[in-house]
Amino acid sequence: MNFRTKTRLWLAGIGLSVTTALMAPLAALAAEQKLVVVTSYPPDTTETVKKAFEAKHPGIQVEMLKKKTTAGIKYLQETSGNNTSDLFWASAPDAFEVLKGDGLLQKYQVKVSGIPEKVGAFPINDPDGYYKGFAASGYGIMWNTRYLKAKKLPVPGTWAELADPVYHGHVGMSAPSRSGTTHLTVETLLQGKGWEEGWAEWKRIAGNFKTVTERSFGVPDGVNSGQFGVGIVIDFFGLSSKASGFPVDFIYPPVTTLVPANIAIVTNAPHREAASAFIEFLLSPEGQEVLLDPKIRRLPVNPASYAKAPKGFPNPFKDKSIGAAVKFDLQLSKSRYNVINSLFDVMVTYRLDDLRAATKAIQDAEAKAKGKSNANADAMIAEARALVAMVPIDATKASEKEFNAIFKKKRKKATTKVTGRQAEIEQEWDEMVKANYAKARSLAEKAASML
Amino acid sequence: MNALSRGQLGPGVLAVVLGLFLVVFLVVPVAKVIYVAFQDPNTGALTLVNFADFFKTSLFQESFINSLYVAAMSVVLSSIFALPLAYFTTRFNFGGSVIIQTLGIVPLIMPPFVGAVAMALLFGSNGSVNLLLDEWMGFTIPFMEGLNGVIFVESVHYFPFILINLSAALANIDRSMEESAQNLGSSGFRLFRRIVFPLAMPGYIAGASLVFLKVFDDLGTPLLLNINNMLAPQAYLRITSIGISDPMGYVISVILVACSLLALWTSFLAMKGKDYATVQKGGGGLSKRELRGWERVACYTVIIVILLLVLSPHIGLTLLSFGTVWSFSVLPDAFTWAHYATVFETSMQYVNNTLLYAGLAALIDVIFATAIAYIVWRTQLAWRQWLDYAAMGAVAIPGVVIGIGYLRTFYDFNVPFIDKPLATWWVIIVVALAIRRLPYALRACVAALQQVSEALEEAAENLGATKSRTVRRIVVPLMTGGILAGFITSFATASVELSATIMLVSAESDAPLAYGIYEFMQSASGRGPGAALGIIAVVIVGVATYLSHLFIERRREAHAPEIAVPAGA
Repeated sequence: MNFRTKTRLWLAGIGLSVTTALMAPLAALAAEQKLVVVTSYPPDTTETVKKAFEAKHPGIQVEMLKKKTTAGIKYLQETSGNNTSDLFWASAPDAFEVLKGDGLLQKYQVKVSGIPEKVGAFPINDPDGYYKGFAASGYGIMWNTRYLKAKKLPVPGTWAELADPVYHGHVGMSAPSRSGTTHLTVETLLQGKGWEEGWAEWKRIAGNFKTVTERSFGVPDGVNSGQFGVGIVIDFFGLSSKASGFPVDFIYPPVTTLVPANIAIVTNAPHREAASAFIEFLLSPEGQEVLLDPKIRRLPVNPASYAKAPKGFPNPFKDKSIGAAVKFDLQLSKSRYNVINSLFDVMVTYRLDDLRAATKAIQDAEAKAKGKSNANADAMIAEARALVAMVPIDATKASEKEFNAIFKKKRKKATTKVTGRQAEIEQEWDEMVKANYAKARSLAEKAASML
Repeated sequence: MNALSRGQLGPGVLAVVLGLFLVVFLVVPVAKVIYVAFQDPNTGALTLVNFADFFKTSLFQESFINSLYVAAMSVVLSSIFALPLAYFTTRFNFGGSVIIQTLGIVPLIMPPFVGAVAMALLFGSNGSVNLLLDEWMGFTIPFMEGLNGVIFVESVHYFPFILINLSAALANIDRSMEESAQNLGSSGFRLFRRIVFPLAMPGYIAGASLVFLKVFDDLGTPLLLNINNMLAPQAYLRITSIGISDPMGYVISVILVACSLLALWTSFLAMKGKDYATVQKGGGGLSKRELRGWERVACYTVIIVILLLVLSPHIGLTLLSFGTVWSFSVLPDAFTWAHYATVFETSMQYVNNTLLYAGLAALIDVIFATAIAYIVWRTQLAWRQWLDYAAMGAVAIPGVVIGIGYLRTFYDFNVPFIDKPLATWWVIIVVALAIRRLPYALRACVAALQQVSEALEEAAENLGATKSRTVRRIVVPLMTGGILAGFITSFATASVELSATIMLVSAESDAPLAYGIYEFMQSASGRGPGAALGIIAVVIVGVATYLSHLFIERRREAHAPEIAVPAGA
C-alpha cells in the first residue's frame, strides 16, 4: 500500500515535470522577427557578436545554430528542400565553394565601403559575389611558455625549426582532412617549397609530432593545458588563448597564407532583410571592432578598425610580411584538394607511430654522426631520410583530373567512368609508406650502430 | 484453438505496435544509411567490392584488432572496478553503501569526451599526477598513451554498467540459496565462487556485454585522445572528412553492427539452458553480515582507491570549473566562481532541455523494455525474438549513423499542426535518445524478469487473476529493481549523449547539455564554463540517482526487515 502510493506520487511527479517542460520549447516559436545563423564558431564569438547586433537592431532575435563546418554543409544540403536557415557563417572558404556549387547560397551586394580587395595575397570576397570575407586568419605557431621553460626548449620562429630534434614529441597539429585551415597551411608550404621538398619538410616536422588532433581546436587545447608544448594553429586560437590568460604566445612564420573567414546568405532564406542587416553590421566599423574582443581576437578586414587594436596586435594591412611570401594559387589548390588530404592521412595521421619511430632513429643517428666522418653511415642516414620523404605520387599525378575523380565526394553522373577506388589506392600507398618507414628506421639504426 | 489464443491477443497487439516503432525509427533509417555500404562508389550498382577493400586494407585490419583489444581489456578493467564495489555493498553491512553505489554510477553521467578532457589534465603525460611523479620520483607513467588511455577512460566511464546490473542481480538472489550452501558447509570465497557469483551471472553478463559493445563502437573517447587506429573513429573520419558518399565509413558501420550482434548472440548462448529464476522472493537478497575490524579497514581502503580512480574525471572537472588558468601545472593557478555565474546567466536552457529529453526517453525505454522483455521471455508469439534483436541492435548503431539516417528519412515528413519537418522538431531528439538507450533498459529488464520465476505467475493465474492483472500486480512489482536500474541507466546516459543529437539539434533553444558543453569546450575561454556546465549535469543526475536508490532501499526494507547475520555465521 505504502509502496503503491509512493509509486503513484513518483509517476505523477514525472508527469507534472514533463507537461511543464513540454510547454517551454513551444513558447520559443512565438518570436516575431528572427534570424537563423548556421555557424561553426564557438559561443565566445557568437554570443559577443549576437549581443552587439541585437543592441543595434532591437527588433531582431538572432538564433545561432552551431555545427562543425562539415556538419553545417551537410545540414544545409539535407534541409535545402525546406530551408529554415538564413546565414552560413564559418571560416574555410572551400566550405562556401561547396555550398555555392550546390546552389545553396545567394548573391549579395555589400553596402559598407572601405574594405580592400585583398588581404595578403588572397581576395577578401568571393569574385562571383556569393560570400563575403569578414575577418582574416592565417596559420602560425603557438607555444606554451611554461612548457618550453620546464623542458628547456627554444621558442620556434619558422616551420623548418619545428623539424629540429629538440622538439621531438612536443609538437601538435590537426589533419588537413579535419580542418580546412590546416589544409591551407599544408598546401601553402607545398606551394612555397615545391611538391617534393614541401612534403619532405612536412614529414620532418610530423616526425616530431606528439599527436595529430581530430578537431582543429584540439591543438590550442593541447598547448593551453600543456599536453604538448608547440602547436600549429590558426591565429585566433593562439591570440584568444593568450587573451584568456593562458601562458601561451603566437607568431606568424614567414611562409603562411592569410585567408578570409566568410559569411553568406542561404538560398530561400526566410528572413532575408535581417540577414543582410547582419552582414552589413558585421562589416561596419562597429561590427569589425567586436572582432578585437579578447575572447575573439580575429583580424578585421576593415583596415580602419586596427586603430582600436591592442598593442602588438598583428595588422596585415600594415605589416606586409604577413601572408605575402607565398603567392597562393587557388586553382592549383582546388585541383588536388582531396588528394592532399588523403596523402597526409596515409603518410602522417594513420602512420604517425611508424613515422615517429623512423624520425627518432634518424635523429639519433645524425646526433651520433655529428663531428665524425663515416661516409658509409652518412650515406645510410641520407638514404633513410629519402625513404621517409618519399611520396607515392608526383605533383602532376596529384593534379590529374581523372585521378582526382576517384577522391571526389560526389559522383557527378552515373555514366562518368572512374577506374579505381579510394580505399584501394590508399591501401597501395599505405603499403609503400609503411615499408619505407620501417626500412628507414632499420637503416638509421644500423648507421647509428656503426658510429 | 486458433493460433492466437485469448491470452496472446493483448501481447500480440503490443508486439506489433512495438515492432512498428522499431521499424520506423530504427530499421528504416539505418537501412537507408547501410545501403550505401553495398553500393559501388563509381556506378551505384550493388556490390561487395567495398567489403573486399576493407579486409585488404592493413589500416582497417589494425583498427579492427585494436578495437577488439580495447573492448576486451575495458571489460576486464571495468570488472576489476565493479566487482568489489558491487559485492561489498550488497554483501556486508556497510556504512554509506547507498552513497558508494550512487558514486559508483556517477561516472556514467558525464559525456565521455568531457571525462577524457579531465583525465588528460590529471593523468596525461604532463598532467598533475605525472608532474608530481616527475618532480618527486623522477619518472612518469604513460596512463594515457595510445590505447592505454582509451582503455582507462572507457573503463572508468562504462564500468557502472556492470556495477548496476551486478548489484541488482546480487540483491535479487534468494537468501535461502546462500543459507543452504552455508548449511552444507560452504563459506568464504568458495561460497562466492560457486553460489553467489553464478546466481548473479545474468546481471554480470548483461553489464559486461554492454561494456564490450559500448566501448567497441564508442567514438568520442578515442577521437578526443586522438587515437585514429580503431574502427569507430575510422568510420567517423571517413564519413566526415571524405564525405557522406564514401562507402568505407558505411562498411565499417556494417562491420561494427555485425560484431556487436555477434557479441550479443554469444552472451545469449552463454546464458542459454541455465535457469536463474528463484521462486522465493521473501528472502530479499543476500544476507548481510558485519565486518570485523581489519576487514572493515581493508574493504574501505579498496573502495576508496577505486572510487578515487573512477571519480577522477569528476575531480578534474571540478577543479577545471573553479580554476582560472590550468596549464602545465598540478593545480589551477587560482580559483573563481565566475564560470558558474556565466553558465547560470547564459546556459540554463540546456539543463531544462536535458531533463525533459532524457526523462521522456528513459520513461519510453522502461515501458517498452518491460513490454519487450515480457513478450520475448513469457509468451509464445512467433517472431518474438526479433523484437529483442531489433531493440538490442540499436546498441550497435553508431549515433552518427542514426543522426544521418533520421535527417534522411524524416526531413520530408511534416508534423501535422505545427507544420515543421519531423527531423527538426525537438521530439525527434527524444525518439533518437529513446532508441539509442532502449538496449540498456532492455538488458536490465530482461535480467530482472529472468529472476522472477514463472511459477509465481502461474500461481497468480491459478488464483483467478487475469494475465494483465498478473503482469501489473506480480511481475512488474517484482521487477521494480531492474526497471529502476534500467531507468537510471537510460536517463543518465541519455542526458550526456552527443553523437546523434549533434546531428539533430536544429535550434539552440532545443539543444541539450552535452551539446552545450561541447560548444563551450571549443574555445579557450570556454573550458571553465563548459566544465561548470558538466558539473551541474553531474549533480542533477547524481541527485536523481541517489533518490531512486533510496527508493529501492526503502521499498526493500518495507518488504523484508533486515536480519543481520552474525559475523562468521
